[in-house]
Amino acid sequence: MKLKKLKGWLYLLPAILFLGVFMVYPLIDVLIYSFEEGYNFASGEHLGVGFYNYAYVLRDPYFLSALKNTLILVAITVPLSTGIALLISLGLSKIKALRKLFQTIYFLPYVTNTLAVGLVFMILFKRTPYSDGLINLLLSWFGQGPVDFIDGPYAAKMFVLCFYTIWIVMPFKILILTSALASVKEDYYQAAKLDGASRWRMFSRITLPMISPMIFYLVITGFIGAFKAYSDSVALFGTDLNAAGMNTLVGYVYDMLYGNSGGYPSFASAAAIVLFMIVLTITAINLLVSKKYVHYT
Amino acid sequence: MSTVSSYLLSEKKNKRLSKILSALIYTALGIWALLVLFPFYWMLLSSFKSFASYNAEFVPKFFTLSPTFENYIEAFTAVPLFSYFLNTLIYTLLTTALMLVVTVFAAFAFARLDFPGKNIAFTLFLALMMIPTELVVITNYVTITDMNLRNTFTGLILPSITSVFYIYLLKENFAQIPDELYLAAKVDGTRDIVYLWRVMLPISKPTVITIIILKIIECWNSYVWPRLITDNERYYLVSNGIQAIRESGFGRDNVPAMMAAVVSVSLPLIILFLIFRDRVMEGVARGGTKG
Repeated sequence: MKLKKLKGWLYLLPAILFLGVFMVYPLIDVLIYSFEEGYNFASGEHLGVGFYNYAYVLRDPYFLSALKNTLILVAITVPLSTGIALLISLGLSKIKALRKLFQTIYFLPYVTNTLAVGLVFMILFKRTPYSDGLINLLLSWFGQGPVDFIDGPYAAKMFVLCFYTIWIVMPFKILILTSALASVKEDYYQAAKLDGASRWRMFSRITLPMISPMIFYLVITGFIGAFKAYSDSVALFGTDLNAAGMNTLVGYVYDMLYGNSGGYPSFASAAAIVLFMIVLTITAINLLVSKKYVHYT
Repeated sequence: MSTVSSYLLSEKKNKRLSKILSALIYTALGIWALLVLFPFYWMLLSSFKSFASYNAEFVPKFFTLSPTFENYIEAFTAVPLFSYFLNTLIYTLLTTALMLVVTVFAAFAFARLDFPGKNIAFTLFLALMMIPTELVVITNYVTITDMNLRNTFTGLILPSITSVFYIYLLKENFAQIPDELYLAAKVDGTRDIVYLWRVMLPISKPTVITIIILKIIECWNSYVWPRLITDNERYYLVSNGIQAIRESGFGRDNVPAMMAAVVSVSLPLIILFLIFRDRVMEGVARGGTKG
């Protein structure tokens, strides 16, 4: 009998072991690291305990620039990608022919390697001595001068990063919104049509409230995802993001840990916890706001 | 009479409006499709342009009349691209296989077995879903380094074996299988593990396949952890290989060869997706992240 009770735990054992070593323990450990001052990677010793790591990170110009980049990225890509995805999904829900083909095409960026396709974007936007690149060719058709999007002005680099980020996150959003739209019952529209409701009225009074939980879900995951942006930026601007001025918060954490400026797990931990706190706060705000607007049936 | 004719008139007007609207919709959808496809077209195109002709084009051309295969040869000979592929394949297969074993056992325990502390354990598991990898990667890096597992497959694979989300997904699926089947099997004296293997897994095959595909995509594209844990070229995965090619290999000058590498890296997943299109999309809709 006793053995039988243990059996469940036996089946769970591998999962518990792996999760314990690589998830629960690190979670506690990262907190400890973040408070250990003057930690030495080689000897594993530290000088004291306190808030110095946080103070250092929060004053570090690289951290502040990473924070700024991440905030701009979030503020631009989350509303834009959600909005465009909504428009595209609405369009998809109105057509029959070619619908499946469009859906397949739209999903492609999801299954591509971020680093690999990022290189294609870099080539498209980059200006070299041999060529101004394709995007500059397009710009020149409209009489606009060549811009170096990869090594040039900050706004241009930010534009490419936002563009690529939106390109990458769209498949997920379109997929979720398309299935949300498909689940709205046809009866509601029929009833509204009988009452002579206009298209806009049907959209704002039926469609939008019905899919609002899913929009909200996308906004939350969008915020979290954009705050954790990193590989997209590496793909476009290379691994030395601090030099390019395009680092992100997650990039800052990794740079502190590893690479040319690495070897500081305490600073990395403090930065990671700051990032986590920001994401937690934003998610909490989102939840509060949603209570007011999201319609759950 | 007049009301009928005005009704017909408005109906006609409505039809025209619908036609204009659907033309607009198709145009907009077409533009987005173009934006999605264009980078793929461009990498294919550039990978077939010869090095000389690519560099001679100050104004990029949208087609090539003399496609060449030399870039692919260059990509696979100038850098160990083939070994990056092999590494990624080994890493992906081993990680997915181990993940599946751990996931199936855990999901089985939660869905089928009764044991003290089960509910608390499950709640704790769910709570772990909210922990971002970024938070635990620092310690894992130190752990793996301390265990001297840098530049080994073990070090690459260990932290990515468990995924709470997949356990949750499979558990939900297992829980839908009627109890009667289990009780009947018990009466027949079937052992739990046999029941799991012979009954539960076959019934849950669609979910298992979904999990496998999602994990393969995740492994094939993983970049951060492999970058932290490998600095020896012999253990690079494709993402790190691509990055290395770009920063120190031929990528800086030889764009066509780099594009050939990019095409080779992208193709396997795109083919996998086109084969399992519905499974992949359904799986991502149920629990994909990235976005």
